[in-house]
Amino acid sequence: MTMKIQLRYFASLREALGSTETVEIEAGSSVGALRDRLIARGEPHAGALARGRALRAALNQTLCDESVVIPDGAEVAFFPPVTGG
Amino acid sequence: MSVSIQTQDFDLGAEVAALHAGNGGVGAIVSFVGTVRDRAQDQTISQMELEHYPGMTERAIEAMVDEAHKRFDILGARVIHRVGLLQPLEQIVLVAVTSRHRGQAFQACEFLMDYLKTQAPFWKKETTSEGARWVDARSVDDAALARWGIEAAGNAAAADS
Repeated sequence: MTMKIQLRYFASLREALGSTETVEIEAGSSVGALRDRLIARGEPHAGALARGRALRAALNQTLCDESVVIPDGAEVAFFPPVTGG
Repeated sequence: MSVSIQTQDFDLGAEVAALHAGNGGVGAIVSFVGTVRDRAQDQTISQMELEHYPGMTERAIEAMVDEAHKRFDILGARVIHRVGLLQPLEQIVLVAVTSRHRGQAFQACEFLMDYLKTQAPFWKKETTSEGARWVDARSVDDAALARWGIEAAGNAAAADS
């Protein structure tokens, strides 16, 4: 079974991939599995989301670990380390 | 409202006065203001752009103010963070805290800044004569948060390396 989620990117990832997109993923997918699926699309996702790059993720606007399972209709964001203050 | 994300500048005196107003229990007010530097890595900065994640930003900072109230004996807190285009010398961020005695306000103010630097979704982009570049996160900021005993994921380090 698949479900739709909203993806958001910020800072350098937004410049490479755009601000937002809707994707269909397998129910029960983790944030890390989603990242791997996006990498598997090839460029520009493969480079921007590459393993080994310092990236952070948020699920429904809260920082999360990549092992977290994504609920239906969720908003998932990927972005570089934060640099405010 | 204790947290504001805004493009416009802020008035430190007015913000501190509003935080203090009507509260005779306050014996200490500590404030921190962060500003835009005009140089970085030996290059002149002509402007800085601040991006954020609307919705998550407010939520993250409100959670951190709640945490400060739990950890420290403080009476009030105010956080303002600017976004958009900023020039060198402009103010970026304000954290102000009130308490009965100075110790708790000093600590809570530093705690809030350490938290904000590594957990709130803001990104800085500097423009120099060489062009525009995203500012790198610094591991010293992760170390600053860690000394408060916060078990958060490192910000500067790759999560999967």
